[in-house]
Amino acid sequence: MSKIETISAPTAVEDAPKLKREIPKWVITTMSVSLVILAWEVFGRDVNPVFGSYPSAIAVAFWKLVVSGQLLAALTQSLKAFVVGYGLSVLIGVPLGLLIGRSRFLEAAIGIFITGAYAMPLVALVPLLVLWMGLGFAVKACVVFLMAVFPIVINTWLGVRAVPKTLIEVGKSFVASDFTILRRIVLPATIPYIMAGIKLAVGRGVVAMVIAEFFTAISGLGAIIINAANAFDTARMFVPVIVLMVLATMLNAFVGWIERKVAPWQVELSGRDEG
Amino acid sequence: MNEASTGQVSMSDVSKTFTLKVDGQIQTVQALKSVNFDVKQAEIVTLIGPSGCGKTTALRILMGLETASRGRVTVGGKQVHGCGYDRGLVFQHAELLPWLTAAQNVMFGLEMKGMRGEELRDTALRYLDLVGLKDAANRRPYQLSGGMKQRVGIARALAIDPEVLLMDEPFGALDAQTRETLQGELLDIQARTKKTIIFVTHDLDEAVLLADRIIVMREGSIQETIQVPLPRPRGNLGALRGTAEFAEARYRVWKALHSAEVVH
Repeated sequence: MSKIETISAPTAVEDAPKLKREIPKWVITTMSVSLVILAWEVFGRDVNPVFGSYPSAIAVAFWKLVVSGQLLAALTQSLKAFVVGYGLSVLIGVPLGLLIGRSRFLEAAIGIFITGAYAMPLVALVPLLVLWMGLGFAVKACVVFLMAVFPIVINTWLGVRAVPKTLIEVGKSFVASDFTILRRIVLPATIPYIMAGIKLAVGRGVVAMVIAEFFTAISGLGAIIINAANAFDTARMFVPVIVLMVLATMLNAFVGWIERKVAPWQVELSGRDEG
Repeated sequence: MNEASTGQVSMSDVSKTFTLKVDGQIQTVQALKSVNFDVKQAEIVTLIGPSGCGKTTALRILMGLETASRGRVTVGGKQVHGCGYDRGLVFQHAELLPWLTAAQNVMFGLEMKGMRGEELRDTALRYLDLVGLKDAANRRPYQLSGGMKQRVGIARALAIDPEVLLMDEPFGALDAQTRETLQGELLDIQARTKKTIIFVTHDLDEAVLLADRIIVMREGSIQETIQVPLPRPRGNLGALRGTAEFAEARYRVWKALHSAEVVH
């Protein structure tokens, strides 16, 4: 064996076990949320209850809606349309984005429609969709789908374009087919982008769901909002709004959790603090 | 040349032209200008030259990742059309798939070749063992040092049992000591497996230490071919550096690399 003469170089400064004195992120978040609710409670009480509301009044309205069973019924109704529309947008958006990103032809032929459709003023088109599909479930799921699918396609597409060429060449050097390269190299390399798209789509999908409930057969959480607003019952109107915000936040956390399950290396690579 | 042995490589009259768009103007760059060389079975040839001399392009054409604009490239007597399992490429920065473990990275190439079942993992582990990484089989690339990554890269290329190992500055990004260790290990592996190796480098010492023959390239052409008179097996590479033969060969390559500088 070759013996290499070495001048003893100073060893790298060892990573001393860091005493984590940082406040955990969840504590900061909890404190910030509590502060906002508290401030709202204090200042909200001075506002005429028609023009605004405050957390304890909303909580009471929330409890009434829960007890009467209205909230759960509305939530189930809304979520059905959301789950179908959102699910389809993931199932169709991801493969479509992968294909557009990998194919020069598809990128030129379809890419422009995707980019354009992303900015489509969907609200204006809802009446037309109603003419095509009626006022029921189908049109609601369709509106959710149309709002959610494009950020997923666009993110996936951008992600594919960001895959390092050399990783593709690894596949080529082992004589992998285009499809194998897509499945075994491009797809895993694109996961962070796909997940970002899927997260963006949660917010857009929720908004789409409520829009659909306003403009088609009034139903679900959207119906509670409209009816409460018409009755100037502002506290009650806030209940579905807040339920939806909480729901979207939870869904985002869930997608993040899935991401850490399917792509644990990504968290390590970026060194993100998930605490 | 009728009976070509499997590890024999030949480039005859190979040229490569790239078109680039620079500030809206189309420029053609001649990366290779009728390059000719032959590599014998089990020979180690290093391609050396300044960046942009065409050495990596030559390697990529041999691998089948680029096609020659003109000329004929054969490996084992057969003309090269795209990539094939008769050649294994070791990338400059290892290029391991970050979501796979070391073993899975080695298995990737084997799976592409059609290997399945128990044989797959056994073969991968055998090659990881060959590069001294059996214990790191389940680590992912981010848990490996630069040298370890490149070892996995070598294992991945060797596992498919190619006739020719093509290496694109594989040790260029490593620290000097790791590089020296890996150079020694590469020679050991080559002595055992008898692979033909074509090794691109810009490191003068490395070129001499590894090669039976050094091809010095400049501006897309072969400037000079230098036979290295050092015996094989090379044994202690550290001691080899102190020999007159090493110094002599090194100086010849240095001169070849610098002979053009008058022009600049």
